[in-house]
Amino acid sequence: MAEVRAEMVANVWKVVVDEGAQVEEGDTLVILESMKMEIPVVAEDAGTVAQLKVAEGDVVQEGHLIAVIE
Amino acid sequence: MFESVLVANRAEIARRVIRTVRGMGLKAVAVYSEADADLPYVAEADEAVLIGPAKPADSYLDVEAILEAARRTNAQAVHPGYGFLAENAGFAERVIDEGLAWVGPPPQAIAVMGDKINARNLMEEAGVPVSAGTREPVHDADSAVREAARIGYPVMVKAAGGGGGIGMSAARDEAELRKAYETARTRAERFFGSADILLERFIEHARHVEVQILGLADGAVIALGERDCSIQRRHQKIVEETPSPVVGVELRSRMLEAAVRAGAAVDYRGAGTVECLVDPGTQDFVFLEMNTRLQVEHPVTELVTGVDLVEQQLLIAAGEPVTISGASPRGHAIEFRVYAEDPKRFLPSPGQITVWEEPTGEGIRVDSGYTAGNTVTPFYDPLLAKLCVYDADRDAALERARVAVEEFKVAGVKTNLPFFVELLDNPEFTRGTYDTGLVDGRLRAS
Repeated sequence: MAEVRAEMVANVWKVVVDEGAQVEEGDTLVILESMKMEIPVVAEDAGTVAQLKVAEGDVVQEGHLIAVIE
Repeated sequence: MFESVLVANRAEIARRVIRTVRGMGLKAVAVYSEADADLPYVAEADEAVLIGPAKPADSYLDVEAILEAARRTNAQAVHPGYGFLAENAGFAERVIDEGLAWVGPPPQAIAVMGDKINARNLMEEAGVPVSAGTREPVHDADSAVREAARIGYPVMVKAAGGGGGIGMSAARDEAELRKAYETARTRAERFFGSADILLERFIEHARHVEVQILGLADGAVIALGERDCSIQRRHQKIVEETPSPVVGVELRSRMLEAAVRAGAAVDYRGAGTVECLVDPGTQDFVFLEMNTRLQVEHPVTELVTGVDLVEQQLLIAAGEPVTISGASPRGHAIEFRVYAEDPKRFLPSPGQITVWEEPTGEGIRVDSGYTAGNTVTPFYDPLLAKLCVYDADRDAALERARVAVEEFKVAGVKTNLPFFVELLDNPEFTRGTYDTGLVDGRLRAS
């Protein structure tokens, strides 16, 4: 199981995957936006998106849980 | 002359404009979002009006809220700074319709230059050199491929209505082009509300050099020298200097003359910038785009010419007679954009500033938007301050910069100051032989 967390304060611009989706290493899960920059958040391992904890328009803080990959 | 000016912007540029407005004995009105209430510019204005929540669309891009603030404070003029509504022709028209003085070029000039395809075509007709490129918007990937075959690879793909390097990328073959086209199109729709794409021949090892122009109240256009903005990350400028280390006397005179022609072709008034790409080897240049506003990097021109560009903007907007006649630049000036971002990957670093100590002294100018205790929020761009140095020549300016960068202390948020230490030690930079590929291509090659 791998937890994917936000690296910085940001707005969630786009949620690219759904819960239950199969992802490969490097696949984009969500795209954050901070200070006019888009920051893709990627899966570090292949697996299933067991939990997706953010929705488009949310504000995440540094360390905020974004997704759990199993 | 009007007696009060509303500054429709935030942070460092609002503060910088307010300084000149108040220095001229005029009343300065600031506007701010809920996220910016504690920033220095709000306190330094004579009056400040809260215009909405943090999100730019609900505050700094809210035309009605800004006009309402102007009415409420009896402001007689509006200075837009850069970014936000500065290049929005509709906003300029609304300001003028309200009977206020617009501190910027005529709305028509903004509209024409805001579309990069229009601008290129118009400049070509005015006798300003442009690179091979599309004369019409490209609407699908297949047409992009056809156009690229005609223009010749590599090509640069960008949003016709865009800016800030957003969505822009170079393509060396058809596969890269299809990817670049898709990136540009989605970004263009999202950020600029138009999917129009433009292709241009990409010039390798080019320098990004721009000319400052002023369209005077009587209609004359003058050029105030160039700025070299080739130190970029993600196609965004981070260091600018004047004079350019690669522009010779003959090229400079051709560029300045072309910039004046460009301004005259659109009946330009006020401060504007003609951006060009320069091939240092051949000393050729091509028009890139025109920015119809004050540039972020305007201080380097002010340092070598002694001209206060904001004061000139205000005088021109008020229809006052010309107070400068061409300027003869002296010495060398360099600007470093201090961003709230980590110095390795250049990723945003919002947070609360706990320590803020600016360098001071002869030949140092700091235009800052923040101070200790302020919070840097994720809603706006990461520019914290502009550190500018001035000296008799480039080597002396570089030496001054090394000391100033070390003396600039910021804690609480990460900044790119450590990157500038590295840059000031880089032989390409110190020799002046760098190009736009230095940072992303060589210093931070992925």
